[in-house]
Amino acid sequence: MTARIGVVTFPGSLDDHDACRAVRLAGGTPVPLWHGEADLQGVDGVVLPGGFSYGDYLRCGAIARFAPVMTQLIPAARAGLPVLGICNGFQVLCEAHLLPGALTRNAGLRFVNRDIRIRVEAAGTRWTSQYTAGQELTVVLKSGEGAYLADEATLDRLEAGGQVLARYASGNPNGSARDIAGVVSEAGNVAGLMPHPEHAVDPLTGPSADGLGFFASVLAATVAA
Amino acid sequence: MSAGTQAAAGPVAQDTVGHAQATPDRDQPYAALGLTGPEYARIADLLGRRPTDAELAIYSVMWSEHCSYKSSRRHLRQFGDKAPATDVLLAGIGQNAGVVDIGHGYAVTFKIESHNHPSYVEPFQGAATGVGGIVRDILAMGARPVAVMDALRFGPADAADTRRVLPGVVGGISFYGNCLGLPNIGGELAFDPCYIGNPLVNALCVGLMRHDDLKSAVATGTGNKVVLFGSRTGPDGVGGASVLASATFGDDGGKAAKRPSVQVGDPFMEKLLVECCLELYAADLIEGIQDLGAAGVACATTELSAGGDGGMFVDMDAIPLRDPNLTPAEILMSESQERMMAVVRPEHVDAFMAICRKWDVEATVIGEVTGDGTLTMTWRGSMVVQIPPRTAADGPVYRRPLARPDTLDALQASGPESLARAADGAELRETLLKLLGSPGLADKRWVTQQYDSRVRGNTVLAMPEDGGLVRVGEETGLGIALATDGNGRYCTLDPYRGTQLALAEAYRNVAMTGAVPVAVTNCLNFGSPEDPAVMWQLAEAVRGLADGCKSLGIPVTGGNVSLYNQTGTTAIQPTPVIGVLGVHDDVTKRLAAGFGTDGAEVVLLGRTSEEFGGSAWAGVVHQHLGGLPPAVDLDAERQLAILVTAAASAGVLASAHDLSDGGLAIALAEACLYGGRGCAVALRGDAFTDLFSESAARALVSVVPGREREFAALAEEHGVPATVLGVTTGDALTVEGVFEVPLTALEQAWTGTLPAIFG
Repeated sequence: MTARIGVVTFPGSLDDHDACRAVRLAGGTPVPLWHGEADLQGVDGVVLPGGFSYGDYLRCGAIARFAPVMTQLIPAARAGLPVLGICNGFQVLCEAHLLPGALTRNAGLRFVNRDIRIRVEAAGTRWTSQYTAGQELTVVLKSGEGAYLADEATLDRLEAGGQVLARYASGNPNGSARDIAGVVSEAGNVAGLMPHPEHAVDPLTGPSADGLGFFASVLAATVAA
Repeated sequence: MSAGTQAAAGPVAQDTVGHAQATPDRDQPYAALGLTGPEYARIADLLGRRPTDAELAIYSVMWSEHCSYKSSRRHLRQFGDKAPATDVLLAGIGQNAGVVDIGHGYAVTFKIESHNHPSYVEPFQGAATGVGGIVRDILAMGARPVAVMDALRFGPADAADTRRVLPGVVGGISFYGNCLGLPNIGGELAFDPCYIGNPLVNALCVGLMRHDDLKSAVATGTGNKVVLFGSRTGPDGVGGASVLASATFGDDGGKAAKRPSVQVGDPFMEKLLVECCLELYAADLIEGIQDLGAAGVACATTELSAGGDGGMFVDMDAIPLRDPNLTPAEILMSESQERMMAVVRPEHVDAFMAICRKWDVEATVIGEVTGDGTLTMTWRGSMVVQIPPRTAADGPVYRRPLARPDTLDALQASGPESLARAADGAELRETLLKLLGSPGLADKRWVTQQYDSRVRGNTVLAMPEDGGLVRVGEETGLGIALATDGNGRYCTLDPYRGTQLALAEAYRNVAMTGAVPVAVTNCLNFGSPEDPAVMWQLAEAVRGLADGCKSLGIPVTGGNVSLYNQTGTTAIQPTPVIGVLGVHDDVTKRLAAGFGTDGAEVVLLGRTSEEFGGSAWAGVVHQHLGGLPPAVDLDAERQLAILVTAAASAGVLASAHDLSDGGLAIALAEACLYGGRGCAVALRGDAFTDLFSESAARALVSVVPGREREFAALAEEHGVPATVLGVTTGDALTVEGVFEVPLTALEQAWTGTLPAIFG
């Protein structure tokens, strides 16, 4: 039996289809989850996809953290459920305080859609076990509020604790502190990534298939568990 | 009710049907609403009395140029009259958008539409709502919108007003399209002084459906409910179709005064509306549906009832408002965005409302279908509209005077022959770099990186490729390709030929991806139809397009006409923008424009003549426009397309790129830059002509190593001249005995232009 990975659809989620496809291509079973239902349907992991949840009128992810589905997700994540937030999902995880720091407007103040390279820094997590530390991946960045910020002490703590998941490796595209493209929780199960691994699962429709490893990692972790 | 009690109750219907009958001589502001005296008289004649204020509002927007096509309609008939025999069309002109069968049970609907006037007045919202409007058009056909494109034209890149308009337009498209979750897969960006006060913002959307998902904009079935859903109606965009889109800007530009006629967009609401509609379609809860775009409730109610049994009752008090002080006329003319109108059987209303609630979309029953042939509306209990809907929906048709511009002979006589040409290798190199760095040909990433091209995960090709290509079926490999092209310079010199060149280029661009071109849409951007010279240009362009489509065997499925693109008496260049849709049998065999592999034979397809009239070279180097545009050979275009699609299917090509602005020189440079590898080529004729001529029906391909003879045989079989130029190699563009330009130098010339201007 393959692992079941939930993909949450908030009103305004856009890359939910893509996240489901990535789970499927990695060999898992995607399970659509609805923001309005406080039910995780017993999934083995969850992806919070990219998009503009609830229109992101207040602050990116600020409303989504209060969605009924999050009342189940937040305690489950604290208890060890693997959760990956991509782009808007990363913003939601920061707003929910499952990850430290915040995402703000790009340094250039414009939306950036570009193929970029990132370097995997933390290879031992539930979402990166299929990569090796230092491995470079070509993925898609597409965001307007992608600059990762945290206070210096938090950044120092993230670096010291191996919680920097990945860094931008082909120039800093958005002004993120210390080139950080993604971070992971202390326990290694909750990860946030600003670039989109789900758009790099097939060279036909993306810049590479390098992003599949994130999804393969969580499947391997759940099967092993 | 007496007039006295109405006044006491606040803004109530002063001008009821009864009041109109009782006060036949009352002055009405028809001219300020964009109607002529004879048109106003005609309305009174049709109704047998003067119209009420609310009725006048309906006629003023429905009879506007924008909604009624009153100047262009008698010309547009040629698209039907000359249509080639085809079995791909499931719905044609007259619907919100044409629908094309692409096989495997799938159908595609696509359309391009202008939002030119609003985008000049308020660039960000003007362009944003242009995207929103075309997406709802596609949605109203029953399709899921799957991609957008935009064709943009501005004044000179370094003009002060372009620095106001362009970033706003691009920001608006980026904001709306990205939040809506539709990949932007291509388009155009061009600059010319003629667009300085009249930028062109043309947005295209393509949608996908199963054959039996097709929906119609008709209100049938007496007793069926009329439901308005989506955003509330507010005071934005009042009169957008009439006083804004169907009028010439004054010499002062008139921006500030017309700003209230620009709509304000909410892409999040549109995303909810899209998903909500698709769920309503899937549950089969809709009898007819219409988007609310230009002319808002006035248009949706008249078109739905005119298309159906001919009768509808609307209780205007039920319409949810953002501003309770709106008058009936304002409610009818408001172009508030993100609204749809559906016709629903009474027994389906509860299920309909439940789906709307799931998506947090407000929905309200505002009326019902009647069998009495009359569109009736009440407001505050009084009858304010009582009209036969077809009289509003059909509108007048004008036979405007045409006259070939008296300056055209002189313009065509002043050809580019006498212009100084680059004579040696160094000058030819300099010409190439100058063209490559000119705003119209330079790297467009400053713009395109602001658009999400990847969302939904089916984008196979996007900008800067010749055409966008979207996968339709993950299992079948079926895909659809799209390209838009237009060239106002060619069309100024000869609108008939120029329009066919735009058609040919879009057709060629689609074929370069490996797709088979199947259908055409168009956005006809012209000056004032009241100028006989402009009308002649429009008539010639339509004739050229209809004849061209007939020759190529692909039908026009719909389109849009944007007139009054002029300031004072100065019109834009005639700029028909042509969109071509293609079907790709197997997107894994798509071709990209860039040189993809080293050691590949580089081949020029087609014939090159000395053709520089209206060329990029004449414009960029000499600021010259004169002579005749390149000759059109649609048979050659067709053979070229067949060859490239056959070669793509056989897997013998490594890349394919069409030749257009800037000729072979620009095509070579782009193929090197896109692919990140150089080439060494040799020319046979006059180097200047070989490099910069813009002869049509040509393409630059590279052949998979080892498959050269196979490709040569295919070219011969299809009668396409194929000239081997050289091979892909190294990191420079080398033209033997002429010049060598390192890729780094090409890159530098190409990438710096737009960032230097726009930051």
